[in-house]
Amino acid sequence: MELWFTERHTPNVKFSIKVDRQLYSGSSEFQRIDVFDSKEFGRFLTLDGYMMLTEKDEFIYHEMITHVPMSVHPNPENILVIGAGDGGVVRELTNYSCVKNIDLVEIDELVVEVSKQYLPTTACRFDDPRVNVYYEDGVKFIRRCEDKYDIIIVDSTDPFGPGEGLFTKEFYGSCFKALHEDGIMVNQHESPFYTEDAAAMQRSHKRIVESFPISKVYQAHIPTYPSGHWLFGFASKKYHPTNDYNGTKWSMLGINTRYYNPRLHSGAFALPNYVEELLRDVE
Amino acid sequence: MAFSQINAPIYEALRKFRRMRVVPFDVPGHKRGRGNMELTEFLGEDCMNVDVNSMKPLDNLCHPVSVIKDAEELAAEAFGAAHAFFMVGGTTSAVQSMIMYACKSGEKIIMPRNVHRSAINALILTGAIPVYVDPDCNNELGIPLGMSVSQVEKAIRENPDAKAILVNNPTYYGICSDIKKITELAHANNMLMLADEAHGTHFYFGENFPISAMAAGADIASASMHKSGGSLTQSSFLLMGERINADYMRQVVNLTQTTSASYLLLSSLDISRKRLALSGREIFEKTVQMAEYAREEINSIGGYYAFSRELVNGDSVYDFDVSKLSVHTLPIGLAGIEVYDLLRDEYDIQIEFGDIGNILAYISVGDRTRDIERLISALAEIKRRFGKSGTGMLTQEYINPVVAETPRRAFYADKMSLPLDEAAGHVCSEFVMCYPPGIPILAPGELITPQIIEYIKYAKEKGCQMTGTEDINIERLNVLR
Repeated sequence: MELWFTERHTPNVKFSIKVDRQLYSGSSEFQRIDVFDSKEFGRFLTLDGYMMLTEKDEFIYHEMITHVPMSVHPNPENILVIGAGDGGVVRELTNYSCVKNIDLVEIDELVVEVSKQYLPTTACRFDDPRVNVYYEDGVKFIRRCEDKYDIIIVDSTDPFGPGEGLFTKEFYGSCFKALHEDGIMVNQHESPFYTEDAAAMQRSHKRIVESFPISKVYQAHIPTYPSGHWLFGFASKKYHPTNDYNGTKWSMLGINTRYYNPRLHSGAFALPNYVEELLRDVE
Repeated sequence: MAFSQINAPIYEALRKFRRMRVVPFDVPGHKRGRGNMELTEFLGEDCMNVDVNSMKPLDNLCHPVSVIKDAEELAAEAFGAAHAFFMVGGTTSAVQSMIMYACKSGEKIIMPRNVHRSAINALILTGAIPVYVDPDCNNELGIPLGMSVSQVEKAIRENPDAKAILVNNPTYYGICSDIKKITELAHANNMLMLADEAHGTHFYFGENFPISAMAAGADIASASMHKSGGSLTQSSFLLMGERINADYMRQVVNLTQTTSASYLLLSSLDISRKRLALSGREIFEKTVQMAEYAREEINSIGGYYAFSRELVNGDSVYDFDVSKLSVHTLPIGLAGIEVYDLLRDEYDIQIEFGDIGNILAYISVGDRTRDIERLISALAEIKRRFGKSGTGMLTQEYINPVVAETPRRAFYADKMSLPLDEAAGHVCSEFVMCYPPGIPILAPGELITPQIIEYIKYAKEKGCQMTGTEDINIERLNVLR
């Protein structure tokens, strides 16, 4: 038997993983949720047929979206995570003893439930007493917040579907308002490679640039995402991601990582020329 | 009738026709799209396939005897009307037809001045004479309200020879007059009762909405199916009560309506009528829930005022349509049109219109809660980023007109062009309006006053899209010699 999961990365490019068996399939009011098991990537979660994470490569994404802002901010205590129902970002955040509170806002309760049941590698720290989960549209949640958080991590799906609102200017503006005067927002920033993804990436970059005084982009390679070349946005009111970075201080924390390290931190902000150009076009 | 509301006769006939694969040696010349591939790729083959000509199996809108007749009877039943016509020239053509039916040249019609331009256009076409009832005005919001019953009584007393009364049910902002009482007055004085229901189609299908014109006993109503009803742009219904001679009305409609009615529009009306008849109640319940939620959230931002039923005063605001999301913006120091522009330019959100003091976001069943959240957040952000003190903002929205000539005589009269600043004291021969909402600031035959000129300049400066004049830049006005 050959059972394959296939995602179209563009109308002309497909990405397939051979599936061992399907562990879960269900629909919430927002989307279809599936969990598969595979020989190559272990278990993986898809939403409306789009790859969200695999057990084999999720560490890259979750470490990069979490440790970059956490290592730049001198004393991050109050953190807001939007999306991230799989629990991966929370898992990384709970490694920090300086963190006093983590608010996680996920629109779809079923994603959290399914993750808890089928993805124990990521959904493993929801019971940490510092974690509060709110099942709500992030756009709505953040509208009511003012001068409240040190760091906001926007772990969104794609700029279409339920996560659409998390790529809008009104959302980034609300994040700016919700952050303290030295706050940092980091977001999943799409890919620069395929034309349509690149356009979405430029659109969200433009909106962030217009909303924050400091707005930089860094990269990672994530094999199961379209093209494998993925970007994150670093938007900040005060701290520069590399100039205000103290790698030694972070190393002293003794947090165990498989991808992230201080040398890679600085290197991740060095972008290919074509990406620099895409970003410059909208700055 | 062998049909019921689960049927859509035109739609069914088109599907049957498509299966027959009839070879076209008639118009349209694109021949099911094959002759214009770029257009077909853009609109889709299914769409081009049913863009066909009138023929026996598909009936003819000018003289319906089969499927269009059946569909019109179903529509009449759904709307509680004696007769219903499918209209393909927009609600504009429905409004014009009902006025052309009711009034001949020189006959009077009583109407509020805050009518859509299509009503005044009809006066130019027929030569009917308007008797304007000044709508009450809410000075805080700067919006014209409905007609008060006593004002209508006064107009009838002073013009017992008038042939008809026209009422907006509701206005663009969702405000209703006491249409039932006004209908009784009209009938007691041998006048026809006409209703512009461009913004009221849902009254026929939802619960707890203001009363519909047909239910109130009105004689003719123009219902924009393409607004809240979900059909394609430009499609509309003309609804008639028992007193109306539908066959004569058909002749009136045919004076100006196309002889090549689009089956895309006709089938969209047919399918939408079926949809509303079968599930309109749930559809509009959901719409109202979203509008109420948005109103509550917008009011909690502070500054903005999303108004609703609290405006009801038993007379000039006899009822309010809660599906309309109108928001007063002046307290945050921005004109409605400025908020309208910011929403589009900064936040990629297009709303229905912005005028001097208000915006209107059109809410329908097609909306998603997450988009409503975006709208609310964008308004909160606009206040945070662009808000200022609300003092010194011009609020005046409605200016009582001085009618010096009938619209027809003014439109066809000898005229000259004057710079805006020199036009005061002259009689205007053309329209000036912000579009949307399309309610004239000046109509042909009205006296130009310094106040009106100031208003036009302010609206232009704030970025309103002004239309109506021959001079595309609205720097000059045509006036009577």
